Amino acid sequence: MSETVFQRIQAEIDANPVMLFMKGNAMFPQCGFSARVVQILSHMQVPFQTANVLEDPELREGIKAFSNWPTIPQLYVKGEMVGGCDIVTEMYQSGELETLFAEKGIKAVA
Amino acid sequence: MSTPVSPAPATRLSRIEAVLAERFAPLRLVVEDDSARHAGHAGARGSETHFNVLVVSDAFSGLSRVQRSRAVHEALDAEFRSGLHALSLVLRTPAEPSGG
Repeated sequence: MSETVFQRIQAEIDANPVMLFMKGNAMFPQCGFSARVVQILSHMQVPFQTANVLEDPELREGIKAFSNWPTIPQLYVKGEMVGGCDIVTEMYQSGELETLFAEKGIKAVA
Repeated sequence: MSTPVSPAPATRLSRIEAVLAERFAPLRLVVEDDSARHAGHAGARGSETHFNVLVVSDAFSGLSRVQRSRAVHEALDAEFRSGLHALSLVLRTPAEPSGG
C-alpha cells in the first residue's frame, strides 16, 4: 500500500470533522449501507464530507488498510473511526451518536 | 467422474458458522445469507457475498463496538480475502439488551 494514499486519507480526515468514505456520493449513494449512513447524517443535519471509493481503486483498498476495516462505508469523526453502517445505525438509535457529536463540538439534531 | 471430496465445509455460510463458533464460543449464533437481497449491485459478484450475523458471547465483554467488529473481521479474514463482501453484525454480551 503506497504511503501517499494513507497521506491523502489522513489529510481528508484531518480537514473534515465528519468524513464519510462511501460508495457513490451523498446525492447518489451506490450501496444501501452507504445510503443509510448518509440518511442518518442528513437527518441529524450534520455537515459532512464524502469520498467516493468507487471512483478511486487506490482509495478503495487504501481505506480498508488504513482503518484495519474490511468494508465500506466508514465514518470518521474528528479523526476517529466511528464504524460502518451497523455501528452508526446502532449509535443513532441509542442516542450515542448525538452524544458523540455533542462531545466533539459538532452541531447535530437528534 | 467421482464427486470431489472437500474437507472444509462446502458453503461460506457453514464456514462462517464454524469459525465464529470456534473463536467466540457464543451463547447464540445466527448466520444468514443475505446475498440475494443485494443481487445485481457492484459488490454482489456471484453468491454468498452478503451475510447477517448475530453473535452473543462473553468474549465481547469490555470491548467497544469497533473492537468487537474488528475481532469478527479478523476471525473471518480468509473469507474477506476470498469474496466475502459485506457483513451486517449484531454483537452482544449476554448481559446486554437483546443479548439473552
